[in-house]
Amino acid sequence: MANRDEIRSGLADILEEVAGVDKADVADEKSFTDELDVDSLSMVEVVVAAEEKFGVKIPDDEVPNLKTVGDAVSYIEKNAA
Amino acid sequence: MTSHTRPDVVVTGLGATTPLGGDVASTWDGLVNGRSGIRKLDTDWAEMLPVRIAGLMVDDPANHIDRVKTRRMDRSEQAAVVAARQAWADAGIPDDIDKERVAVSVGTGIGGAKTLVDQHDRLMTKGARLVSPHTVPMLMPNGAAAYVGLEFGVHGGVHSPASACATSSEAIAWGLDIIRSGRADVVVAGGTESVVFPLPIAGFASMRAMSTRNDEPERASRPFDKGRDGFVLGEGAGIVVLERADHAAARGAHVYARLAGAALTSDGYDIVAPDPEGTQQARAMTLAIRDAGLDPADVAHVNAHATSTPVGDMGEIAAIRKAVGDRPVVTSTKSMTGHLLGAAGAVESIATILAVYHGVVPPTINLDDPDDELTLDVAANVARTMAVPAALNNSFGFGGHNAALAFVRG
Repeated sequence: MANRDEIRSGLADILEEVAGVDKADVADEKSFTDELDVDSLSMVEVVVAAEEKFGVKIPDDEVPNLKTVGDAVSYIEKNAA
Repeated sequence: MTSHTRPDVVVTGLGATTPLGGDVASTWDGLVNGRSGIRKLDTDWAEMLPVRIAGLMVDDPANHIDRVKTRRMDRSEQAAVVAARQAWADAGIPDDIDKERVAVSVGTGIGGAKTLVDQHDRLMTKGARLVSPHTVPMLMPNGAAAYVGLEFGVHGGVHSPASACATSSEAIAWGLDIIRSGRADVVVAGGTESVVFPLPIAGFASMRAMSTRNDEPERASRPFDKGRDGFVLGEGAGIVVLERADHAAARGAHVYARLAGAALTSDGYDIVAPDPEGTQQARAMTLAIRDAGLDPADVAHVNAHATSTPVGDMGEIAAIRKAVGDRPVVTSTKSMTGHLLGAAGAVESIATILAVYHGVVPPTINLDDPDDELTLDVAANVARTMAVPAALNNSFGFGGHNAALAFVRG
C-alpha cells in the first residue's frame, strides 16, 4: 500500500494533468479550490482519476470534506484497498 | 443625410485556420496560388468508409492553446478561439475597449459532435462516472461562440446562429445587424467546424453528397467541372472583426473592406435539395446588393457557394445570372479548401474581402472540362488580377438557408 508521500506525489501528477497545477505547489496544507485553483468540474476529474490510480472509492458526499491536499491524502491512505 | 441613415460597417480584422494554413496569410497564399488542401485520410478508420479524403487543418489549433484548456474544448472550439485571437490582434482592438459594446456572433454547422461520440464510447466502455465533466460545454453548439466571448470578456451578447453550411455567413449578417441597430460597436463574427471523423463522413456519404475520388485527393473538389462528383469535407475556422466605421476611424484602424450589405432568404422547398429554380438564392443576392446600395452591374466578383456537387453548382450559376448578370468573375475557393460547412461562409468571406482588398480573385482549381451549362466567367485554375470594387459571397445550407454578403472596397 502507498505511503503518504507516494499518494501526494500521485495526486500531484493528476492535478498537473487535469488542472494544470504546478507539482511543486502540491502540499498537504494547500486548499484545492482557494490555493490550487481547481474548479468544481476539474475536481470531479481529479476524484475519478484518483479512484482509478489508488483503487479507492470516493463517494460524491465525501468530496466536500476533501478541502486540502492533506485531507485527500489521509482519505486515500485510510480507504485504499 | 436623413435621420434614418444607418452606420457604415467595416472589416478591421481577419483570422483563420484552414486546410491551407494556420493563419490568414498562409491561407490566402494557398488560395491565390491554387494549392489544394485536400489529402488522403491516413487513419485506420478511413478504411471502413467510402470516402477517404478530407481537408484537415494543417496547424493543429491545440498547439496554440494552453494544454489544460484543450482538454475542456472540442477541436471546433479550439479552432474558433485560435482564429478569433488572430482577428482580434489584427484589428488592434485596444485593451480598454468598452466590453459592453462588443458582441460575438460565431456559429457552427454541427458543433462538438466528435466530443459527443467520444464520450458516448467512454460511457459504454468505462461507465457513467468516467464521462468527462466537460462533455456538455464541449458539445453544445453555442460553445465556440461562448469560448470566443470568454477569450475577450465581452458583455455585448454572444450569439451562435446555426444554418448548416450558411451558418458563418449568417453569423456575419447578424453582426452587421447588431452594429446597424446600435447594440454594439464591434462584433467578432464567423464560424468553425471540425467533424472529420467517421460518423459525419458516413452520414454525408450515405446521402451520396461526397466525392469518392479517393485516389486523387487534390483533384477531388472540382466545382463547375464535368467530372465533379460531390463535395470534399474540410475543417477549420474563420473570424472577422466587424466595426462601426466611425468607431474604426476614430482609433485609426486599418480597414480591409466595407461590409455594405447582407441578406438571408429561405427556399421553403426541401430539407436538403436546393430549389432547382434558384429563386431564393437569386433573391438573397438581389437583396444584399440592394441593401448595400449597389447596382447589380457594380458586382465584379462572386465567391460562389459551389461545393462541387452535380446539382448544386449549376443551380447557383443560374441564380447568379438571374441576380447579377453575366459580368462578374465567379470562383469557388472550395476547390482548394474543401467544404468547411459551418466555417465555409466565414473563410470564403475572408477570401472575398481579400479579393476586394488586393484586387485578386483566387482561382477555381481542377476546372479542366467545364460543365456545358457553365455560362459565366469563372477564374479557372489561375488567379485573376482585376479591380474588385464590390463582391458578393454566397453561402447556402441544408434546410434551404441562403445567405449573401456584399463587400465593397473600403
